[in-house]
Amino acid sequence: MNEMARLQKRRLALYGWMLAAPALALMSLFAFYPAIATFWHSLFSRGTSRRPSVFTGFENYGDLFADPTFWTVATNNLIYAGVTIPVSIIFALVMALWANAHIPARSFVRSAYFTPTILPMIAAANLWLFFYTPDLGVIDQITGFFGASPTNWLGQPETALASVIIVTIWKEAGFFMIFYLAALQTIPPDLREAARIEGAGRWTYTRRVLLPLLMPTTIFVFVNAMINSVKLIDHLFILTKGGPNNASKLILYWIWEMAFAYFDSPHAAAMTILVLLALGLVAVAQFRLVEKRTHYR
Amino acid sequence: MTSQPPFIRISSVSRVFNGGNGVHDLSLDIPRGSFVVLLGPSGCGKSTTLRLIAGLEIADHGTIEIDGKDVTSAPPSKRSLSMVFQSYALFPHLSVAENIVFGLKVRKTKKDEIKTRLADALRVTGLEGYEDRKPAQLSGGQRQRVALARAIVAGHPLCLMDEPLSNLDAKLRHAVRKDIRDLQQRLGITVVYVTHDQTEAMSMADIVILMKDGRIEQIGNPADLYLKPATAFAAGFVGSPPMTLIPANALPTSVIPDGFDANNLTFGIRPEDLILSTGQNDHPWGIPATVTGSEFLGAETFLFVAIPGTDGATARLPGRVEISPGTEVSLSWVGAAAHWFDGEHGHRLTPTVPGTSAQDTKITSQPDTATSTL
Ligand SMILES: Nc1ncnc2c1ncn2[C@@H]1O[C@H](COP(=O)(O)OP(=O)(O)OP(=O)(O)O)[C@@H](O)[C@H]1O
Ligand SMILES: [Mg+2]
Repeated sequence: MNEMARLQKRRLALYGWMLAAPALALMSLFAFYPAIATFWHSLFSRGTSRRPSVFTGFENYGDLFADPTFWTVATNNLIYAGVTIPVSIIFALVMALWANAHIPARSFVRSAYFTPTILPMIAAANLWLFFYTPDLGVIDQITGFFGASPTNWLGQPETALASVIIVTIWKEAGFFMIFYLAALQTIPPDLREAARIEGAGRWTYTRRVLLPLLMPTTIFVFVNAMINSVKLIDHLFILTKGGPNNASKLILYWIWEMAFAYFDSPHAAAMTILVLLALGLVAVAQFRLVEKRTHYR
Repeated sequence: MTSQPPFIRISSVSRVFNGGNGVHDLSLDIPRGSFVVLLGPSGCGKSTTLRLIAGLEIADHGTIEIDGKDVTSAPPSKRSLSMVFQSYALFPHLSVAENIVFGLKVRKTKKDEIKTRLADALRVTGLEGYEDRKPAQLSGGQRQRVALARAIVAGHPLCLMDEPLSNLDAKLRHAVRKDIRDLQQRLGITVVYVTHDQTEAMSMADIVILMKDGRIEQIGNPADLYLKPATAFAAGFVGSPPMTLIPANALPTSVIPDGFDANNLTFGIRPEDLILSTGQNDHPWGIPATVTGSEFLGAETFLFVAIPGTDGATARLPGRVEISPGTEVSLSWVGAAAHWFDGEHGHRLTPTVPGTSAQDTKITSQPDTATSTL
């Protein structure tokens, strides 16, 4: 009997591994191996036809930290993340609350919010390129109507990053809204009524009931927004190409530049490893901190 | 009770949804401290009525007064009432204690008062020791009690309950029914209770309000409803098994009270009032019928009989009775036990000279012999 139970257990464990194996194999092939290969690659110097690449240890990393562009790009990305993440989450939440309320033309409002999401980022960027065009663009037309002089939104260091940030928020908020909308629809309406009977107003209900119940969604959206703040750079190619003077350059764009414009793959690899490290740390911290305080149904 | 002003007064209130459903021209008074049950089939407007009282729906017409104040358009929080929802509507992310004191906290009650009230509510509902659990970690009955505790913790004089027991199993339902009734009497609160279960209504209510299609069919105490149903619908809805209702023209003309038109008349008889006799018993009259089946329930037996030209009838006989299906029987009743309703509109008709129908005197002397001979 005991023997049987142990056998059974072992068989279950075997099944588990068998089920996990395909995914594990693919993950190893396409995620773990490249990560390790990249790390390995980042420890070598850049090879040319005359000088073959040699092992240099962490020299590439040292180079990066010594490069002022690194600090500009890192700061840019911090600002980019620090603004796009909270703002797009708040917009998404507010839009979802509104689109979930009993308003006329509700489905129109929903699809209007969702439209930016289905546009490819490149198309969206082209659209905004038109909005931002000095003098002729929609924005300048409007500001011009009130007597402001034309502004080169994308072309001057002071506004370039902000302009890029706005496009990202515009693109992301509608996407995140869908998640909030889905979560809102799983919240039974009688909770709202129970809260009303207990004397809770709209704000109290939102704060004490709605937001805690939306917390799992918020975490999910937050993680997505964070990944996007590193990953989503398509629009830079159309809008600013990281310029002017690196004012709107983000880490991933810089990596791309190093690897494919300057063909300096060891430094690009080193930078990639740094990004992976940072993201990994944030992810761990997040799970530690937030998971505990969240109610999952 | 009649001299006291009513605690809740609803005057010609209508709330009509798109599609014409809802409640129509509702008027009723609810005395202070009473246990009032809104009873009716699904979709008859019970919940809507309750939500109108709660302020979760706003009346299209008419006025609602609670405790002498016109609250027709007041928000729920201004009506000093509490509510138990069918789904309990507990906040899933809050513990039992937090759920119960949610309203007190919202109303900014003092800390120590919250504490004593919480302790009281927990004790009264027998939830001590469960304070820190989440609703998902409770059984259905415990959740129900948390909802109840949340309703009584604020000490509101009025508590509304919308089918609070429908998610419980039969046995638990019976126990909780009694608990709720006891609690109501101990706290002296007014309870308006919605149910579609007539047993629940009959066993709990001081006053039953029977509704149908958004209108009130009958208001009265349980005995009134059972003994003097105001309409054929009320007769058929209250009582288990329900009253047998058959068109009067399927009956011999001799049993129709004088002055009634048999072609526009419904006859009703409670199962326990129906007297069965087998062929040998020579009653001066009797309606021929055939037994189609029986249900033995321990203390009593239900017999189903087919009467030509009708949907059949049910008889309730004490103890165990064995009659095989197909047996020919003859049905009779004590004259006063018969209910007569207008065939078209369903309202109750009273024979002009009560108790003088032809059969009355002849049968009364031997109601029991029929059953015992079987
Ligand atoms: N928000 C609404 N919109 C449209 N129609 C509604 C709405 N709420 C209720 N109704 C309709 O009003 C009628 C009464 O509904 P109500 O919920 O009061 O029924 P009920 O007596 O509580 O039934 P049940 O026993 O099934 O709960 C129903 O026909 C229902 O379809
Ligand atoms: Mg209902």
